[in-house]
Amino acid sequence: MDSDLFCEGLVRRFGSNAAVDHISLDVPAGTFFSILGPSGCGKTTLLRLLAGFDKPDEGDIHIRGQRMNDVPPNRRPVNMVFQHLALFPAMSVGDNIGYGLKRRKVPVAERRKRIAGVLEQVGLPGLEYRDPQELSGGQRQRVALARCLVLEPTLLLLDEPLGALDLKLREQMKVELKHLQKQFGTTFVYITHDQSEAMVMSDQVAVMREGRFDQVAPPEELYREPATPFVAGFVGDNNRLAGELVAIRDNLAEIRLDDGSLVQGRVASGDLETGRRAELYIRPESLVLSGDALSTGFSAMQAKVRTTLFDGANSRVEAENGGQPVYARLPQDGSAPKLSAGSAIRLAWDPVLARVFGADNP
Amino acid sequence: MIRSVPRSRLFDGLYLAYLVAFFVYLALPLLVTAVFAFNDAPFPSLPWKGFTLDWYFADGSYSADGSAGRTGLFHDDGLLRALWVSAKIAFWVTLVSVALGCVNAVLFERLHFRGKEFLYLLMLLPLVIPGVILGVSILVFYSGMANDISAAWGIELDVFRPGMTLVVMGQVTFIATLSTLVIAARLRKFDPQLEEAALNLGATPLVAWFTVTLPWLLPSIFGAAAMAFLMSFENFNTTVMLTGSDTPLTVALFNRLREGSTPVLNAVALLLMVGSALLALLVMGRSSR
Amino acid sequence: MRSSVSRLSLWLLLTPFLLWIVLLVLLPHLQMLRVSFQVRESWDTLTWGLQQYQNFFTESYYWRTFVRTGVMSLFTTFLTLIIAFPIAWYIARLARGRSKGILFMACLIPFWASELVRTYGWMILLRESGLFSSWLQALGWVDGPVEMLYNDVAVIIGLVYNGLLFMVVPLVTTLDGMDENLVEAGYDLGGGHGTVLREIVVPWAMPSIVSGCIVVFMLTLGSYLTPVLMGGKDSAWFTEQIFTQFITRFNWEQGAALGVLLLVLSSVIVWLGLKVSGQSLRKVMG
Repeated sequence: MDSDLFCEGLVRRFGSNAAVDHISLDVPAGTFFSILGPSGCGKTTLLRLLAGFDKPDEGDIHIRGQRMNDVPPNRRPVNMVFQHLALFPAMSVGDNIGYGLKRRKVPVAERRKRIAGVLEQVGLPGLEYRDPQELSGGQRQRVALARCLVLEPTLLLLDEPLGALDLKLREQMKVELKHLQKQFGTTFVYITHDQSEAMVMSDQVAVMREGRFDQVAPPEELYREPATPFVAGFVGDNNRLAGELVAIRDNLAEIRLDDGSLVQGRVASGDLETGRRAELYIRPESLVLSGDALSTGFSAMQAKVRTTLFDGANSRVEAENGGQPVYARLPQDGSAPKLSAGSAIRLAWDPVLARVFGADNP
Repeated sequence: MIRSVPRSRLFDGLYLAYLVAFFVYLALPLLVTAVFAFNDAPFPSLPWKGFTLDWYFADGSYSADGSAGRTGLFHDDGLLRALWVSAKIAFWVTLVSVALGCVNAVLFERLHFRGKEFLYLLMLLPLVIPGVILGVSILVFYSGMANDISAAWGIELDVFRPGMTLVVMGQVTFIATLSTLVIAARLRKFDPQLEEAALNLGATPLVAWFTVTLPWLLPSIFGAAAMAFLMSFENFNTTVMLTGSDTPLTVALFNRLREGSTPVLNAVALLLMVGSALLALLVMGRSSR
Repeated sequence: MRSSVSRLSLWLLLTPFLLWIVLLVLLPHLQMLRVSFQVRESWDTLTWGLQQYQNFFTESYYWRTFVRTGVMSLFTTFLTLIIAFPIAWYIARLARGRSKGILFMACLIPFWASELVRTYGWMILLRESGLFSSWLQALGWVDGPVEMLYNDVAVIIGLVYNGLLFMVVPLVTTLDGMDENLVEAGYDLGGGHGTVLREIVVPWAMPSIVSGCIVVFMLTLGSYLTPVLMGGKDSAWFTEQIFTQFITRFNWEQGAALGVLLLVLSSVIVWLGLKVSGQSLRKVMG
């Protein structure tokens, strides 16, 4: 078995509510695995089960093939970077990092060497004697990482550690975490509610909702081929257009939108039936502002401009179609027409890029 | 009323005068007590007869002009003995109260069990019982028990007769509540994630407690200890009901005071104030570091 | 297994607590209650009865002192609050930087001396041969020595002095934690000094006002030294009577009954205070 973490049918209930509801997962060695979900979806509970601070009501946790259910947290080959880092306030940086080594009875000289080594690796050489409170947010983050990595855990758990940082630092740390993970080769299990963190860093992302995984896939697949409407709506921006399913042909679903236009998108769920309601998801950047000319095979609809939202490369136009808001990317290379509120536009897309789900599918 | 809201000149002036008056009121009795510890006169009152250290160091022998000798505090066996009794009592009260405070703080801040709210109220109870009553009830219960046992079986339980043990018990009754509150307040601010982090890094629960939680609590433990020591040393109401033949300092001073005041009392008072101040500064210096 | 370990640790921690509460608080007070209902018929025979309580109500000296002690304690508590509030406000909201810390420390100074020392200080100041008397004579305002000790005003001066610290400290702590924007918003929305104080500041400080009042009231009601040493012939304090029964008359039964009455008085007043102010003991003291 070369998976570092393998869970099967994990359940953790609080009263009648299952915070973790039959979760199974398999994380191969050396992977950066993210669990992405809105707050309250049960991701923190799942992480605490893995760390051993809580016990599952059902299911098994295996780490490198060893069953972990009855192993107390201090005996698991798992270390954790806490949400608020939990650096020991009364100890220096070096003592914080040496804490785990001391528990393993590593001799002083060896300990000192390894502390210096790991500090070097995380880019904080020579800060052993500093007080964690004197460090900047980013530096503290690295100390928390070093404190875990020095123990060479099989699995490193990270509980939204970037949440407390300001935007700019967070962008930096994302990249840095990814590099550190590659450099150490440790398996990371990272939980977050920020999809951009999950997308940038991960090899695999599990999207979690109400105690279950909706989809486990590499970031790109998650973005291009969301398996559920929730994933389609949660990962990246998306437009949702509701209508009635008219026909299914060659894996393409044809929908009559509420304003009457007939459009197409790829079939994404198995519960589509003609005559029933369906929803089509199309990303803002897949929508093109077309004149009268239409590429062959493209779908199109009429929309009325509400306003334009300028945001550099992310500039968008907000329009409406049959009362539903629709966003389309406005390219800033000069190709976009000048739009004024109230004017009519035509939005077109390649049906292959749109995904259609049955509307009853939650 | 606050800095950003404009006030009138007159209001500011009156407010300032009030503040000054208040602090004069606070300081005056203590200042006067301290100053008269050095007045070269047999009574602590005006007029000022000059500076002397007699009320500390005079050894009671006759002076050169043959007048009656003064006995300074450091040669007054009665007071010194009482000081020692007080110190012993305060030591035991501090030890027991702080230990109880630690245990109670963990009990109420970290554990969940049925009836916790009720027990917490019981814990606060000694604060709303007058000190005299605390003393009286312990006297009635334990001394009464000793009397009954003596009458029934002829066994003498001297520990439960008025004396040092009962005084310690009586003072612990309410000082333990105070030390619990001090330590629990600090524990409440402790981030339990720190303990989890320690477990996560391989510490056993016991090691995690000693390496992470205890160092966090230490300032409050020192604070509670200093407070307990002072409270015990200065207590009168509970102590007076329970004391036996070896009187602690406050009771001894009270008895002296009823006989009439002498500057020796001022000398003791000043010594106590300086001692308390030093203890307070020591603890504050520690906690600010 | 997990539950048996946590059960064990619960009992380990609960045992010292229970020993303390049961052996030092509950049992002694129950015994005091029991003794107060025992009537001594001869030196070794006891029967149940209400003799001690009857004594209390028939003997006007007892209940007069009882009422007087209660009323004076309430008055002292109120006075302490009125005196302390502006001071606490100044320290918490108007003083800045170093002076804030220094003023706060200055309020703690009286605590460095015991009640006995503080009372002694006032005696030196107020008595006939005391400093105030001497100063007044030196100023020529009075002809002979003036006795300012041994009356109710002196007792109240001493009692307020003893209680101030316990009022100022909780008030400063709470007022310090108040968001200044609250007060600014009060003025901004058209409130005057009175409205802002009544509707914003006092409700905010209520828990600490109540806790300060409870502590000061308890200290005053249960105080012994100050009324005994500073009070006059007519200003007896109820604790003195308890003391007399126990220490000088060895009449434990009567003393216990008086003790129970004092406890009932303090409990009722504390309970009423909490009810009227809408606070709970836990919130106020814990």
